[in-house]
Amino acid sequence: MTHTTAHFGKDLIGLESLSAEQILLILDTAEPFKEISERRIKKVPVLRGKTIVNLFFEPSTRTRISFEFAEKRLSADTVNITSTGSSVVKGETLVDTARNLEAMRIDMVVIRHGSSGAPRFLSERIPSNVVSAGDGSHEHPTQALLDLLTIRDRLAKIEGARVCIVGDILHSRVARSNIYGLTKLGAEVGVCGPPTLMPVDIEELGVTVFRHVEEAIEWADVLNVLRLQLERMQGGYVPSLREYNRIYGVSRARLERASKELLILHPGPMNRGVEIDSDVADGPDSVILDQVTNGIAVRMAVLYLLAGGAPEKAESAKGGVEE
Amino acid sequence: MSGSSPGPLLLRGGRVVDPSQGFDGVSDVLLLEGRVEARGKGLPTPDGARVVECGGLVVTPGLVDVHVHLREPGGEHKETIESGARAAAAGGFTAVCAMPNTDPPIDDPATVGFVLSEGQRAGGARVYPLGCISVGQKGERLAEVGEMVAAGAVGITDDGYPVMDSGLMRLALEYSLIFGVPVADHPEDLGLSRAGVMNEGLTATRLGLHGKPNASEDVHILRDLMVAELTGGHIHLQHVSTRLGIDAIRQAKARGVRVTAEATPHHMLLTEEAVEGYRTEAKMNPPLRSRADTEAVIAGFCDGTLDVLATDHAPHHYDEKEQAFDDAPNGIVGLETALGLVHTHLVGKGLLDLPTLVDRMSVAPARAFGLAGGTLCEGAPGDVTLINPAARWTVAASRFLSKSRNTPFEGWELVGRAVMTVVGGQVVWELEDERS
Repeated sequence: MTHTTAHFGKDLIGLESLSAEQILLILDTAEPFKEISERRIKKVPVLRGKTIVNLFFEPSTRTRISFEFAEKRLSADTVNITSTGSSVVKGETLVDTARNLEAMRIDMVVIRHGSSGAPRFLSERIPSNVVSAGDGSHEHPTQALLDLLTIRDRLAKIEGARVCIVGDILHSRVARSNIYGLTKLGAEVGVCGPPTLMPVDIEELGVTVFRHVEEAIEWADVLNVLRLQLERMQGGYVPSLREYNRIYGVSRARLERASKELLILHPGPMNRGVEIDSDVADGPDSVILDQVTNGIAVRMAVLYLLAGGAPEKAESAKGGVEE
Repeated sequence: MSGSSPGPLLLRGGRVVDPSQGFDGVSDVLLLEGRVEARGKGLPTPDGARVVECGGLVVTPGLVDVHVHLREPGGEHKETIESGARAAAAGGFTAVCAMPNTDPPIDDPATVGFVLSEGQRAGGARVYPLGCISVGQKGERLAEVGEMVAAGAVGITDDGYPVMDSGLMRLALEYSLIFGVPVADHPEDLGLSRAGVMNEGLTATRLGLHGKPNASEDVHILRDLMVAELTGGHIHLQHVSTRLGIDAIRQAKARGVRVTAEATPHHMLLTEEAVEGYRTEAKMNPPLRSRADTEAVIAGFCDGTLDVLATDHAPHHYDEKEQAFDDAPNGIVGLETALGLVHTHLVGKGLLDLPTLVDRMSVAPARAFGLAGGTLCEGAPGDVTLINPAARWTVAASRFLSKSRNTPFEGWELVGRAVMTVVGGQVVWELEDERS
């Protein structure tokens, strides 16, 4: 039994292969789901009887919890498998893990993996729906979707907005998914970071490359500030965190020099004082916590659509009247 | 190959293509007591001879592949010397050079002797061992090159790893002069290729995979050429894949540097786009590169800058390739597809004539590694390949004699293949359904 929906196929692996209409469909479907998390009883029967496995081969707190809340608020039964304390560390292969889960008759897998392409690998080998929760340096589609929803909430529309992603673009799955999502919806996209952390030929994806963060700030309406992993310093990509902050850190002083106010996003977790200063993260233009809230609604929408839910019925489905 | 010598074998009426003698014409070839006895029209049939009617077939000196991984000792689940030697014969090869990156590595005379004797027992293509340049392939100090050559090694290489220490490369090239063997190197600057798993460029950027830039190969090729020029040693550059690297080899040859170099079928026929979808059967090292690079490899192969065709036959068990791209090992099998691929896509498209292809697949590789063979002149070893240039066939890995199936060419429709492989006058492989 292969689960496919008319809206975007069996799986959500990335935004590169989605159309603008499909992305908008997810965002629009997320709108009615936002309200569930504001209720006293945060549970609707939309995915009652569905079994979802959260398969996390990389440590993650925020994304895993966000998916889990989304699943539980839709009444799915969930199991979490993390790379510690499972057969994963006993040398079982990804394909065997997947087949064993399949043999337990699950409906969906949410996978986070350190290797680019792992969700796709899985999706080609099991009939269950597969949702990427981030793979290697490839894509993190639900993160980009929640970023898009947050930008749309504030700016009313994404088309024409200038969004600059700042930081380690080379290793960032968040950057790639955002580039695809934003460009498809008509935004202008910039990327800014040290040349040592800039992927080759990135401009061929239709983005403008900024070497200096001041130029990026002057150009942009929105900054999406990426976390600088400590490993990048150990890997020699940047000499020190202090120097990174001095050259690329998004600070209040730099923002005040700009001719307009900017919306500030960050996928978290933040290194305060490295890529973003606290007075920016906590300032009035920061929508970082809105992103977290929107994350649950977006993931609910993705799970609902993959399960075959009709987007126009999302509102009524919340009350359990569908089916 | 050992024991009693085979009976006479008369190959009658084929198109004999022997670039070593500048010969291309219809002729008979008689093999007797393991050697080429005669070539000529209307040769008499000796008593007890097997006669093979070769009308429509091409008769060539046996094909030679100087770059294969037979995996034994240590990797017998991927390939053994026997299965590899038989796969080679099925691809039309009468001799192969076995890479020493086994477990343990072939870095002493005993292991060289093991590979040699297993190869003789295999009953397929001849197997010539290469020994390691450095002890344990660690890139630190020279292995016992003289002892290994005395035991039967025909060259040295740390293949699988590049020789990163330029000083060690100098020593290897100087020391090899005593024995007249080539030093084969996998040109890759590991500092520049870093964590790369495919070619650097837009495809890698999109897929979120780390890339290896062309420069990682270019600088190492230039380094090897300069050290070869310094020492007068013979450097053999393996699986060259970059356009600037090929330009550098062309210029070095013009200066008289002793360099030979390989082209692989996959670096001529596939680009990095084959990786799309995280296809691990397209993961190899050097990686598949851009269209401009494949065109440069074809041009270099056709003009002789890249002297020899080599497969870099690298068998892997399917479990090992059935992984996320980062985790899968590098390499593809190549012995049973090489001839068909280059015949179809180079000869068939008029980029190369058949005698030149035979030169690149037989004469030149035998000469580069000082191997007997690569010729059908009288008295030469009776190593012959019969090719049906019109045979249409489809690559089906399930029919490979290799133990492994990791090919990116599954389902390719090809024209031309070996139909009989003769080693030392003995038929070691014959395509059955083709002859009937």
